[in-house]
Amino acid sequence: MSALNLIVLLPILNAIVVMLGAPARKSALLSSWAQLALSILALLNYDRTLGGYQFKTTLHVAPEWNLNLFMGADGLSLVMLFLTALVTLAAVWVTPKIEKRENLFYACVLLISGGAAGAFASLDLFFFYAFHELALVPTFLLIGIWGSGERQLAAWKITIYLAIGSIILLVGLTKLYLAIPVAARTFDMTKLPALAKGISAADQASIYIWLLVGFGVLISLFPFHSWAAPAYASAPTPAAMLHAGVLKKFGLYGLIRLAVPMLPEGAKHWATLLLVLLVCNILYIGLVTIAQKRLDTMLGYSSVMHMGYIFLGIAAGNVIGVSGAAMLMLAHGLSIAALFAMCGTLRQSSPSLAFTSMGGVAKHAPFLGYAFGMAAFASIGLPGFANFASEMMVFFGSFKTGATPGALTFSGLQIATICGLWGVVISAVYMLRAYRKIFQGEPLVGSELVKDPSCCVRWPVILLLAALMLGGLWPKSFLNFIQPSVEALIAK
Amino acid sequence: MENAKLIPWFILLNPLIAAALILFATRRDHGASTVISVMSAFFGLAASAVAMTLPEVHSSVLWLNLPGLEVPLGVSIDHLSRVMLIVVTGIGFLVHLYSTVYMEHDESKARFFGHLSLFMFSMLGIVLADNFAMMFIFWELVGVSSYLLIGHWFTRDAAGKAANKAFLMNRIGDFGFMLGILMLWSTVGTVTFAGLAEKNAVATLTANPWFLSVALLCIFCGTLGKSAQFPLHTWLPDAMEGPTPVSALIHAATMVAAGVFMLVRVAFLIGLSPCAAEVISWVGGITALLAALMATQQDDIKRILAYSTLSQLGYMVMAIGLAPDPHGGAAMFHLFTHAFFKALLFLGAGAVIHALHHEQDIWNMGGLRKHMPKTALTFAIGTAALTGFPLLSGFWSKDAILAAAYDHSKVLFGLGLFVAVLTAFYMTRLFVVAFLGKPRTEAAHHGHDCPARMTTPLIILAVLSVIAAYGTTHWFFAHEHGINWIVATLATGAFAVGTFAGYTIYNGKDREPLSLPLFRNKFYFDEIYGAIVAGTQDVLAYIAAGVDALISGMGRALGYAAWGAGFTLRLLQFGNLQGYAFIFGLGVVGLIYFLIFR
Repeated sequence: MSALNLIVLLPILNAIVVMLGAPARKSALLSSWAQLALSILALLNYDRTLGGYQFKTTLHVAPEWNLNLFMGADGLSLVMLFLTALVTLAAVWVTPKIEKRENLFYACVLLISGGAAGAFASLDLFFFYAFHELALVPTFLLIGIWGSGERQLAAWKITIYLAIGSIILLVGLTKLYLAIPVAARTFDMTKLPALAKGISAADQASIYIWLLVGFGVLISLFPFHSWAAPAYASAPTPAAMLHAGVLKKFGLYGLIRLAVPMLPEGAKHWATLLLVLLVCNILYIGLVTIAQKRLDTMLGYSSVMHMGYIFLGIAAGNVIGVSGAAMLMLAHGLSIAALFAMCGTLRQSSPSLAFTSMGGVAKHAPFLGYAFGMAAFASIGLPGFANFASEMMVFFGSFKTGATPGALTFSGLQIATICGLWGVVISAVYMLRAYRKIFQGEPLVGSELVKDPSCCVRWPVILLLAALMLGGLWPKSFLNFIQPSVEALIAK
Repeated sequence: MENAKLIPWFILLNPLIAAALILFATRRDHGASTVISVMSAFFGLAASAVAMTLPEVHSSVLWLNLPGLEVPLGVSIDHLSRVMLIVVTGIGFLVHLYSTVYMEHDESKARFFGHLSLFMFSMLGIVLADNFAMMFIFWELVGVSSYLLIGHWFTRDAAGKAANKAFLMNRIGDFGFMLGILMLWSTVGTVTFAGLAEKNAVATLTANPWFLSVALLCIFCGTLGKSAQFPLHTWLPDAMEGPTPVSALIHAATMVAAGVFMLVRVAFLIGLSPCAAEVISWVGGITALLAALMATQQDDIKRILAYSTLSQLGYMVMAIGLAPDPHGGAAMFHLFTHAFFKALLFLGAGAVIHALHHEQDIWNMGGLRKHMPKTALTFAIGTAALTGFPLLSGFWSKDAILAAAYDHSKVLFGLGLFVAVLTAFYMTRLFVVAFLGKPRTEAAHHGHDCPARMTTPLIILAVLSVIAAYGTTHWFFAHEHGINWIVATLATGAFAVGTFAGYTIYNGKDREPLSLPLFRNKFYFDEIYGAIVAGTQDVLAYIAAGVDALISGMGRALGYAAWGAGFTLRLLQFGNLQGYAFIFGLGVVGLIYFLIFR
């Protein structure tokens, strides 16, 4: 039993205990604090001079299939686990009083956290997949039971989309597994990259597209994104925070962990398609975001849009770009969680989340004005926050690939980079407009009802912002863990 | 020597510490926040004065270190940054002092000073940066602090809108700036100014002149935004919604000059690309002309000064295009003198606005000379310096620009001369209408000079506006440059013509005698841009949202199809765990199926 196992097991066991009747909020808070402490401890104990996967433990499940509950973490997984733990703590903390089935609610939140942590800590392909599925189910439940607005429709949509996405992914993973010679077949993700060397380019291409679409649906890659905005708009605050902040990163993590090292030829084959789709994510979804008239759907779409930048980093395929993408996963997770947390506060006290019915909120709620402003600035990539440093790496990385030095011709990736740069303007348009309508101007009738939130929202938001600033001011604090892992993945 | 390296770091970090203290700790304590901010501004000035005496200092740490991409955070004190440091910290300190009175009764005084310190940090970062990436970081940060300060009175709708506009216009410029940085980096592999200036790098860059021109013009886009050059100039006049000390410091003396400063930093590259230099000089010239024309018909005292700032920035940009000089040249010289007299004019305008209880329309003033003698006198000196009154600082620096134009392009020289006439004209109009004649309103009757903490900065800046050009030219020019008598005579003539025309037309008038709607309405740029945004972005967003509803509808159809499939009905009974367990199980079963029956 290592710290790593505990990070995964704590929330799951706690979910069971809560279902059995333990005081829900208290035990959930306790276990999330412990989870965060453990994840920081794991980061500190990770031996960076040694690198590679550490804290490895194995539990044999089905030896005849070579199926083991094999856990371990490199720098990348540890950073994702830190993200999981921090967002979980914030999500539990900001949860308002739950009127119906409180214990089930907290159990669901904890299960999402445990499932996501399990996926990030698994080195076994089967459990990598299974843990994610474990986290999806409670997400659907949270939206369906405790959601607001058109929750049934939203819950239904996300269920259908993500279930189909998961099945496509499953086919892809199975194809990957089957592409390896029978004798050597294994679920061991540490051994797979070396074994995958023998996969032919054609096979790589056919596996890659399954993985890209499967993961893509989970990440809300255009055109598989329509589940995201309504789901986040209806989801109860902690569910939106956990899904947009953490669980959605599973797909990206999967691409970096599996597709980048194992299917380079496949990536090359589908490069143009991916570039077109990710540019749609940035420019087209960016425009859709501008057209939104409510804060919650706008945040939902903005989260879809920002996935485009992470894809851009992954498409770059070099250490600069992929490290930037991994760092942006962390940064986006933290910033979107903070934004959804505060959106939840607004939802509770404001009569409506429509831009036209709010105004001047910062006058009566200065903390909210400040903190929302900071999170908004973080999400549109202002220096001082981790998002900026990551986006900068993504742009540098993607502009480098395929560059002809000193020539005025641009490669596809470079054109995508230029589109991404313009996306930065687009995100400023919608975010600043939303901020001006809600927080600036003369307070509208009803807006004076919005007061600064209690400590239960303040502290989690402060923690999230502090982590964003740590990564923004000194990117190496996280990059020192991410970069060697990415180097190892790409070198293979 | 090691200690000397600490000085630039101290200059950079000291305002950041002040800002953090104020915003995170003393935000509720107005007194303490004011003291912290003013003290930090003073320390910054003192340290910059020390830096003037030091030899060149350079120190850096690696901020990002990836294979192929090294981004240092490096500070360097060299001939360029030294001058800029004195301008920023000197005017910064005076503005801090002035603000203690101007913002005395503001209910968010602490926030104001916190943001002011944040601005100082960001601006000093641009000045000290030794590489493009770091400059871009601080470039964005000054954008943020400018946004925060323009929107200081955020409950006013106009302030929020102006802040947004400023930020967006700058982001459009920064789109090009970042692209330019990427283009240079992908070719040379470094972002440091020293690295770009190396022989090999220069050889690679000049191998394809078109590439270099395009890259430089992309970088120039950053200047278009930050220094509000045509066609991205429309945000600066609106930025006057911010408190007047902010207009003086940020939107006249320092931040808007950052675009010019950045161009001077890369002047060694601009010099290699005649094409880029030509475009830059013309953009500057056109901005100078358009802004001066617009200034002639404005009524708001701060907006007149804002258009004047645009026009003078246009001069500086033009000078860089005409004669790119890594040493600074005429552009830096004018930046230096302009900072003093324009800050003086803004602070003088602020004193008037303060005394007249937020009256900004010059036609509601008049006769202020009698009631506010100190303000009037210093304002007159500022006006004289700006309009090129012989032997004052502005005369010399403008002369240097016009001389450069005379040497390189006679068309731009004529244009520059005409702008000089216009400058004298609109500034005389402003002075005559606001300070001479009889008071036109009750408020103007009761004007009075402000307390010493406000007038002292005015007096100091007035003195500097007179003497700033003496004994400082060696900071900007590698070689002693003689006076071009033809240019000097013509410039003096331009000053005389403009001043005479302004005086005769406006002396004794109570209403605007001229009506030039094209200039008054700023060539309708705001309307045109509004139409462009409405015609492109808004339409595209509308279409995109429609298409997305379609895509979303297909997803919904998928949902209904599954709904019909019976078992899903049970799923819709939310709370029914089996349904979800079923889907989860389906996945696992599928996996096992594939494993066994491959």
